[in-house]
Amino acid sequence: MSSTLVVQLVISGILLGGIYALSSIGLTLIFGVMKIVNFAHGEFLMLAMYVSFWLFHWAHLDPYLSMLISVPLFFIIGILTYKVFIKKTIGAPILSQIFVTVGLSIIIENLALLFWSADFRTVSLSYLSRPIILGPFSGLGLEEIIVNKARLIAFILGISLSIAFYLFMRFSYLGKVIRATSQDRTTALLMGINIDRVYTISFAMGILLVGIAGALMIPIYTVHPFVGFEFVLIMFVVVVLGGMGSIVGAVVAGLFIGVVEVFSGFFIGPESKQAVYFLVFIAVLVLKPSGLFGEKGEEELERIEAIGE
Amino acid sequence: MSLLKIEKLNVFYGDVQVLRDVSLEVKKGEVATIVGANAAGKSTLLRALSGLLKKASGSIRFNSEELLGLPAFEIAAKGLIHVPEGRRIFPLLTVQENLEIGAYTRRTEGNLKKKLDEVYAIFPVLAEHKGQAAGSLSGGEQQMLAIARGLMAEPTLLMIDEPSLGLAPLLVAKTFQVLERIKGEDVTILLVEQNVVRALEFSDRAYALENGRITLHGTGLDLLKDPYLKKAYLGL
Repeated sequence: MSSTLVVQLVISGILLGGIYALSSIGLTLIFGVMKIVNFAHGEFLMLAMYVSFWLFHWAHLDPYLSMLISVPLFFIIGILTYKVFIKKTIGAPILSQIFVTVGLSIIIENLALLFWSADFRTVSLSYLSRPIILGPFSGLGLEEIIVNKARLIAFILGISLSIAFYLFMRFSYLGKVIRATSQDRTTALLMGINIDRVYTISFAMGILLVGIAGALMIPIYTVHPFVGFEFVLIMFVVVVLGGMGSIVGAVVAGLFIGVVEVFSGFFIGPESKQAVYFLVFIAVLVLKPSGLFGEKGEEELERIEAIGE
Repeated sequence: MSLLKIEKLNVFYGDVQVLRDVSLEVKKGEVATIVGANAAGKSTLLRALSGLLKKASGSIRFNSEELLGLPAFEIAAKGLIHVPEGRRIFPLLTVQENLEIGAYTRRTEGNLKKKLDEVYAIFPVLAEHKGQAAGSLSGGEQQMLAIARGLMAEPTLLMIDEPSLGLAPLLVAKTFQVLERIKGEDVTILLVEQNVVRALEFSDRAYALENGRITLHGTGLDLLKDPYLKKAYLGL
């Protein structure tokens, strides 16, 4: 195996992983703060891809510029989804929470099918069509490395946003309030924190992040009503592997799964890549059940009577 | 005038009634203590006062304002601050972040700094560990942090649930020193404590809670001298 091939595969894997990381951060945020598993997360990604697709199709808006519309739009969609569907399930048995988000995913999927049909749709941008060719680096013994522009842009923006989001959670007062609420919501209430508002903001930010991911992915992937399902499986692997609720964990696990997927796709065959990353996933969980960066007991939460209303 | 006046408070956990017709008052500047056996309803009383328990009837007046039915976060904003049983610090936040969150209802840029300085002056040990995850503190330090976090909110009334629980005798003494100091800073205190003698000696006003009812009340010294209480809690 040539070293050029290894470098090429690692780079492709990391670029792919950046996309997984960004799309998973919202899921891990929502789980970390509210202990709600949003099974509809993939469908929000699908919606985001459609929004960018239609803006491109009808208004000839560049998908990267369409983020200017997607960001506020998905923030509002997040707020509405929380208020209408999610809020009532806070403190409810976990089964009701699953029914609500799974039900939501089925509804969104079928509405997309109804309105937009099952056609596969793509956005192709002429300025992205030619890949960037790096090298050859004769000093390192490497031949040419090929980098896909759309994936590079998605990676750079995805990782930058992930870092910015991490810094926001770490250092801003609102970030501290969100972290405090996620660790102990009863005590957060005693500090005077309106946890319903914290939940609204957290859920909306989670949906907003997947909204951005959708815009970054539409120049790369085909969108159809069931595309959410293809990605949500990977998102769950990334979130659990990284440690549920951990942003850093989601980024590291996203990159890791990206590399694993590319290597197994190349050496074993694309049809078995899911089997491989699930095997890796199971192996990690056997060794460290709370995930790479997870806190033990993160999934447990005291039942409380009221969220503040 | 009473800062806190509770009348005929009944509180339920599901169908089980935990508090029955509890009436009590705390005047401004006082230390009031509630003593009672395990499961007498002491913590339930504090949780009802801070709005965590919603199945309640009667009246809770704080600064002449009715609190019953208000959401917990609004009650905290009114200056009734509850330091819960078991410390309940935010373990993954640093010591300083815990304190900053404590000041949630009073946060303005300048005020946050000022309050931090004040609290660090009372609790130098917290200043030493301010960048450390709160969960890594010892039990005694965590208790100090829980009280300090309560003080960050500039409470009018600080309710403290079992501050000496699980602490070594030396730390218990230290906890009471801290409470003494807070009392001197014009904070009214409502204390629930299993260390009955110390708590009563320290209190202006005291209530004994038994099976969800107030069975005795008076000054701290009155209760200390009460033959029944001596027999029930002090084993004398």
